Amino acid sequence: MNNLERMKRFHQAKWNEPIIYEISEPGARAVLVPGPCCECTSAEEAVASLPSAMLRKESPKLPEVAQLQLVRHYNHLSQENIGVDGNIDIGQGTCTMKYNPKVNERLAGDAKLSEMHPLQPEGTAQGILELFYRTGELFKEISGLDVFSVQPGGGSHGVLALASIVRAYWRDMGEENKRDEIITTLFSHPADCAVPIVKGYKVTIIQPDAEGYPDIEAFKAAVSERTAAIFFTNPEDTGIFNVRIKEFTRIAHERGILCCYDQANANGLLGVTRTVEADFDMSFFNLHKTFGAPHGCGGPATGMVAAKKELRPYMPVPLVEHSPEKGYYLDFDLPKSCGKIKSFWGVAPVVVKAYSWIMSLGAEGLREVSRVAVLNNNYCMKKILAIRGASISFPNHRPRVEQARYSWQKLKEDTGFGTADVQRCVADFGTHYWSSHEPWVIPEPFTIEPSESYSKQDIDDYTAVLAEIARMCYEEPEAVRRAPVNSTVHHIDHDYFDDPAKYAITWRAYNKKYKGYFEPR
Amino acid sequence: MKVGFLINPVAGMGGKVALKGTDGEDILRRALELGAEPAAGARAEEAVKAFAESAGDCLFYSPSGAMGADLLKKYGIRTEPLFEPSAHTTSADTKRAAKMMLDRGVALIVFAGGDGTARDVCAIVGESVPVVGIPAGVKIHSAVYAKRPGAAGILVGRFLRGLAKRFASAEVVDIDEEAFRDDVVRARLYGYMKAPDDREFMQDRKTGSGGAAAEEAAELAAYVAGCMEPGTLYLVGSGSTTMRLLERLEVDGTLLGVDAVMDGRLVGWDLTEAEIKKLLAGVERERRALIVTVIGGQGHIFGRGNQQLSPDVIRMIPKKNITVIATPAKMAQLFGKSLIVDTGDSSLDEELQGYIPVVTGRARKMMVRIS
Amino acid sequence: MSKKVYPYIPNSEASVQAEMLKFIGADSIEELIADIPEDMRMKRAMKLPEPFCDEAGLARHVGAMLGKNKTARELVCFLGAGCYNRYVPAVVDEVAGRSEFLTAYAGEPYEDHGRFQAMFEYQSMMAELLDMDVCNVPSYDGGQAVGTTLRMAARIARRKKALVPRNVNPDTLAVLRTYLQPDVEIAYVDYNSKTGRICLDSLKEKLTEEVAAVLVMNPNFFGVIEEKAQEIADMAHAKGALMVAYVEPSTLGLLAPPSQYGADIACGDIQALGLHMNYGGGVAGFIATKDEPRFVDEYPSRLFGIAPTSEKEWGFGDVLWERTSFANRDGAKEFVGTHAALWGIAAGVYLAAMGPQGMRELGEAVAQRLGCLKKALSSVKGLSFDRFSGAPFQEVVADFSASGRTVAEINEKLLERGILGGYDLGKDFPELEGCMLIAVTEQTSADDIKALASALAEILA
Repeated sequence: MNNLERMKRFHQAKWNEPIIYEISEPGARAVLVPGPCCECTSAEEAVASLPSAMLRKESPKLPEVAQLQLVRHYNHLSQENIGVDGNIDIGQGTCTMKYNPKVNERLAGDAKLSEMHPLQPEGTAQGILELFYRTGELFKEISGLDVFSVQPGGGSHGVLALASIVRAYWRDMGEENKRDEIITTLFSHPADCAVPIVKGYKVTIIQPDAEGYPDIEAFKAAVSERTAAIFFTNPEDTGIFNVRIKEFTRIAHERGILCCYDQANANGLLGVTRTVEADFDMSFFNLHKTFGAPHGCGGPATGMVAAKKELRPYMPVPLVEHSPEKGYYLDFDLPKSCGKIKSFWGVAPVVVKAYSWIMSLGAEGLREVSRVAVLNNNYCMKKILAIRGASISFPNHRPRVEQARYSWQKLKEDTGFGTADVQRCVADFGTHYWSSHEPWVIPEPFTIEPSESYSKQDIDDYTAVLAEIARMCYEEPEAVRRAPVNSTVHHIDHDYFDDPAKYAITWRAYNKKYKGYFEPR
Repeated sequence: MKVGFLINPVAGMGGKVALKGTDGEDILRRALELGAEPAAGARAEEAVKAFAESAGDCLFYSPSGAMGADLLKKYGIRTEPLFEPSAHTTSADTKRAAKMMLDRGVALIVFAGGDGTARDVCAIVGESVPVVGIPAGVKIHSAVYAKRPGAAGILVGRFLRGLAKRFASAEVVDIDEEAFRDDVVRARLYGYMKAPDDREFMQDRKTGSGGAAAEEAAELAAYVAGCMEPGTLYLVGSGSTTMRLLERLEVDGTLLGVDAVMDGRLVGWDLTEAEIKKLLAGVERERRALIVTVIGGQGHIFGRGNQQLSPDVIRMIPKKNITVIATPAKMAQLFGKSLIVDTGDSSLDEELQGYIPVVTGRARKMMVRIS
Repeated sequence: MSKKVYPYIPNSEASVQAEMLKFIGADSIEELIADIPEDMRMKRAMKLPEPFCDEAGLARHVGAMLGKNKTARELVCFLGAGCYNRYVPAVVDEVAGRSEFLTAYAGEPYEDHGRFQAMFEYQSMMAELLDMDVCNVPSYDGGQAVGTTLRMAARIARRKKALVPRNVNPDTLAVLRTYLQPDVEIAYVDYNSKTGRICLDSLKEKLTEEVAAVLVMNPNFFGVIEEKAQEIADMAHAKGALMVAYVEPSTLGLLAPPSQYGADIACGDIQALGLHMNYGGGVAGFIATKDEPRFVDEYPSRLFGIAPTSEKEWGFGDVLWERTSFANRDGAKEFVGTHAALWGIAAGVYLAAMGPQGMRELGEAVAQRLGCLKKALSSVKGLSFDRFSGAPFQEVVADFSASGRTVAEINEKLLERGILGGYDLGKDFPELEGCMLIAVTEQTSADDIKALASALAEILA
């Protein structure tokens, strides 16, 4: 069997697993809870001292399951899920799905971190504070900037931090109300547009020009004395590096506008060009993308913020600092700080994983990460463009950095099948595939990012899958219509997500609306 | 499922003999003299081929002969003929067919033709029933038409199989025939019909909901309404997006005409140029404003034959008080294109060149080029 | 010297690179990024510390650093204040550590069906615990959850002000201010210095027609149960405002869920539902409401729903309904990004493992231990539990102001004896100088309490 055949014969675990409530048995328990700690007071006495109106009258309807049955249930569910550890995960473009080394998981899971309370005296937290500090030092070099914060809980959160810093800065300058606009681009991450709005900004979007770069003439027309900051992702999700980026920052700086760099797409640039070389004032990095921490089905994560020292006063508080007298400590003395973005100090285990990842590679290793990410992407690109029906956005612009946005427009015209259909088919091969952020200006889009974790064989295998699906679109339309047939479930009826009368977000809501199998009450 | 189907057999005939369109008996006769062959049938067939196997038990209603029934029968589709059209089919036949389809309660109307055909169908159907247009005319500027006959057929097939559940308002435009023959595209927004949204529902929301077109328009309308200043006279141009704004303000404006609003009240309805000038003159210059949307597949702001928004009128309003609004979906359709102004005064057109912000949603605007 | 090969970078091998370049038609990788301008390039290599290329070295290095930490294992922990030393059952770690969950991200509900079902089950269990019909996929943390909730309330009520109790968790307050500024104004409601609860007179004064929502934290930051919460809800509703309850969900096995005292929206942090404290990293937020479009419509977060499939299986997906005119769109909704999904799966396992009995017993265990602590410490001179008359749960304010010692001093001495003393309230509430917030959990043993009692007796002597 060759690899394509192997993948074509893939069948996902299909346990037809009941909803946990369906395996509940009255009285079953998976774990027991300690009883009273001693005889001096009883539980009844203690409960009696509480206001009775505030006591729960009816038990919460939680499932009752014995431990093995519980473990089996969740094992089944995890088998019905595919992580990086299980597939050639290059189809989830912009997510930078890379290998999360097991040693880092072990280190971050150490009880010497997991059992720490955030409000412990700093003297008892020197280990983690040192690690935060050292991670900051690493990122100062990776970004070229001067101060850092581990606080934000993800990329979009990083944008919130930057937008908050911008606001605090202009408040200090006395222009908070005057500077109420932000400029970003169409192909930057959607959070670059959505998040500043939460901080009261109006956002202007710059579209790409014919070459795929943000249109600089549009940018010049957009900047004004009302502009507080610009938020740019580079390279953008198309994989195109904005070679004119310094012109943008020059124009911005001429008017005192702050420049914020969304470095979610940093995987191809490590050691090549940094925040500082592009002349940005602050940036953030996704530790759960480029820096090897796992995605966890959607978090927990960290958006590591870096900024120039002039912006230190406005950074989220506290900062992690070091002095010979105090050792490592949390510095709360930032009267002009933008405030707090997250509860407590940040997602420590994620920082540990990223720190460990960087420390296992070093400067040379990081450089190699980016070299191979670029190599993999361009190799992958050539393979994809050989597939009938596939094309690339901005075809005159090659090569790309670490990912690329393609289009199945030709496939759609020829066969009537487009990106949504390919996505359904991909499940039958045991892998993933992603289209694009909104809006879909590239028709029938798909975005592929083969990070450095993948071998040449991996890329060959994945692109062979795409080629096979394209072939099926041309030659076996019925099979495409039926897909997925080898996945965990079959066609999901999307009508049930669209209508308040039909949707059910919890099991109890389901039982209020339906009985049996979706029989309306 | 019951479906209406019609072909405008004379659509497309003018093109091959370099006559732009076949509206009007004279032009049609001229075309026939020049040896034009009816071509709409072939285009329609491309589409029917693509949806025939999805027709199943569906019952199609169609006028006899070349206006549709023949073609459907050729592909084994269950057809009930509506009437026998005359030898030279006219727009009256189209309208008659559309009316009969509505009376029979069809779920979809499929038609092959050009802008004129779309206008005829629109006059009867409006947005009451979804439609799919098979492009077979010379003038295809209406958004109700699919890009290619085959694509139209695929879309019909999806609808028949119950897979197209979302709809969007699609513009029906008609072009000034005289001007068109002189190579000038001067189009007029005629109305709207409901077209199935081709995009299959996708779940891959990393970033939460994308929002459907209707929702984007409502969001935009709410935001723009909230931004309107007291004591300012707002002229509101034609189009469905601006109509949503008027609905949000709870005033009864027109879809195709220019209305005026001040302090949340309607102060002018379907105004002529003269009426507009009078209204504007009654308000100091700084307090005059204009809200327009982008019309059509070409991206027109001014110049859709809206005589009301004449160069004089536009000049009476400070440029900074002219706001263009359009949904992200609309702007996505125009991706890579510039917007067009065609006021009729070339020096004004030149003044209006450059980049403008188009408001696309709450607190967001997009820089777009006017050329 | 041959080129270095990296275990995580299979294509770092030189001959493979050559093969790939040949296929691409480029001479070097540098050629592929040649368009990046010279004036944007680093002129030197990055200066990072020497790496630990072997796992053993890395483990030693990081292990040694983390080894400098002290934890709630070696120290007896009486700290709470928003993060609790809950025992995490082994099954929770087991499931959260499954690599299929750990390394997955945003696949479809076909090949990633498991994640959707696990999350739906979490949402369902939270809904039962909170007695609401809708609960979201977890967000960043409790502070963000309440910030988002108050913004939702502002949009629903179409007003721009939120009333927040002065004695809400200060860390939570700091975060919610970031989310509310500048769109929603915050006004503060005083607490009654005798009871420790929200002062209804102060609330009455502040509650105008401009207020979108009244926030009630229950138990509040002082550990006091807000027993007048229903009255507060009634007052809010009478003015057309919403009542938002910030609750600690692990208390709800014993305490009444907020829907039963008039809350329109419930929010909070799920850390105490079986998440390791992780120095404050084990946090995730939740927001729960009724199943009404005017609420559901306002969630910025993802909501997973259940649906039938063509073969009668359980299917799932994002609930993304066509919004109706319910959504007034008068305010900006926030964003959805990568939040804390895995913690939600873990909390779901915890709730299923505990079951209704377990959650009740947990509440009883916590109540019993607090009772025991109060008894044991009542004999310590210079310490009083009478600062607030309101009934405490899980945490209690210990007043040391009569002792002549500051909380900082006391805690330093406690630490010397291997005890983590409670939170120094004087830092955030000057009127509570000398007061400490002591927390117990089901892990607090009789020995722990004895040790605290005797340590304090010594220190205050």
